[in-house]
Amino acid sequence: MSDVRQAAPEESSAGRFAHRVLRVLLPIAVLAGGIVLWDWLVHRYQIPPYVLPGPRLVFATLISDWDVLSTSLMVTLTITIEGFLLALVGGIGLAVLFSQSRLVEYSLYPYAVILQVTPIVAIAPLLLIYLPQQGAVLACAWLVAFFPVLANTTLGLNSVDHHLVDLFRLYGASRWQLLWELKLPAALPHILGGVKIAGGLSLIGAVVAEIAAGAAGAGSGLAYRISESGYRLAIPRMFAALLLLSITGIVIFFVLSLVSHLLLRRWHESAVIQEV
Amino acid sequence: MSGAFVVALRGVGKTFSNGVVALDRLNLDVWPGEFVSLLGPSGCGKSTALRLIAGLSEPTRGTIEWAGAAEGARDAGQIGFVFQEPTLMPWATVAANVRLPLKIKRMADGAQPRVQAALERVGLADCAGAYPRELSGGMKMRTSIARALVTEPKLLLMDEPFAALDEITRFKLNADLLSLWQALGKTVVFVTHSVFESVYLSQRIVVMTPRPGRVFTELLIDAPYPRDERFRTSAEYAGLCRKASEALAGAMTAGDA
Repeated sequence: MSDVRQAAPEESSAGRFAHRVLRVLLPIAVLAGGIVLWDWLVHRYQIPPYVLPGPRLVFATLISDWDVLSTSLMVTLTITIEGFLLALVGGIGLAVLFSQSRLVEYSLYPYAVILQVTPIVAIAPLLLIYLPQQGAVLACAWLVAFFPVLANTTLGLNSVDHHLVDLFRLYGASRWQLLWELKLPAALPHILGGVKIAGGLSLIGAVVAEIAAGAAGAGSGLAYRISESGYRLAIPRMFAALLLLSITGIVIFFVLSLVSHLLLRRWHESAVIQEV
Repeated sequence: MSGAFVVALRGVGKTFSNGVVALDRLNLDVWPGEFVSLLGPSGCGKSTALRLIAGLSEPTRGTIEWAGAAEGARDAGQIGFVFQEPTLMPWATVAANVRLPLKIKRMADGAQPRVQAALERVGLADCAGAYPRELSGGMKMRTSIARALVTEPKLLLMDEPFAALDEITRFKLNADLLSLWQALGKTVVFVTHSVFESVYLSQRIVVMTPRPGRVFTELLIDAPYPRDERFRTSAEYAGLCRKASEALAGAMTAGDA
């Protein structure tokens, strides 16, 4: 049975490699071009650094202010990861609970939706009154991130092949076996979709909450640095902090994409490369 | 006929909650070691009958009796079920899919040789590590059959298992299923809407009427086994198919009336 696995045609592997190189090189070339253009514009029109600092100044500031900025980065990163993990546990946990009990689902689901549709910027000041600042920021990151996990996991758990459910029932599977052996693996592609969204959203939640907290607290996250630098007209530092935030978001996206790919590559259509 | 049936349906009726009467007073005895087909148009409740036997659904009327057991006693290990679709877990390898019934029933010890044996019986011994998406439709169905056989059930229930396959693959799987049945001596209840398939495979065909599902008539197919491609092209086979077709046509008219 050597014909079981679809053999990759030899002649296309070189073409596929070139394709992958292009996918990496092209965005990098665009980035480099953008930086050169930015640098040139700043010099050509003598734009003052408090309006638009050049890329070289931003980079220099990143290095000279690294002590302050790296501390802030760690604060934001910690909140983001904590909020993300809580969203993961809360979203999947609540979805599993909903799938086990209709009554719980009917009772709580509307409130999960209300939490989601109420803009987080509007809730943040309230949370800052009732919670210590770090707690409030964490709560915001969690609130924003948890709903996509909940909604996608719920969808995944509900779209299990009903014949497979019959098969499990036929052999007398317990609720636990049905959940662990069938429903969760079947829902995995959906869950990972929600998790990818949650990764980016927990960073956004953390940033929004830090901005809302503003000067009220002793916060020292990256978003706090940005607003603080704004007040002080330390625009290069503002750009440096912004750059770090962007990089954080990009890293989160790539790490979660990689995890998703590794978990699904053997079986799910979304992760399988089709030969044409 | 009375005595040692494997399972018997006595006046079984099934009305769904939306008011559709799927089965009405169905009587059916399944004898040990026989290959019996339920033949009928779609909507005659033949799949419903199979689900009732498997315990996946409860009858609203009548009883289902099992040999040598009190009413309602149904040992899940004694039933193998093959669905219309292969119904495999896409995230698990062929071997893991076949092992599933043993895993659910916590019979993991010594599962490996049983899985291997089941795969060998259906000719998939070399595909144990493959994932379902890497298999052809026929191979997926073979995996599904191996999974149904892995608990060594006495009774094999098959719900139009080959309906979605192309004709060449279907003929091949029909022939392989017959050799399996002869080698293993299982009792097979096979649901189909194909006259040709039912005549080729069965010792007995139960023709059912649609809406509500009821037994219209029974045909004995007394052609000897092993049946091969020669049988499929013989005049005897053609004659039996004509008889079965007439019975099916009669069932359709009876159902419409």
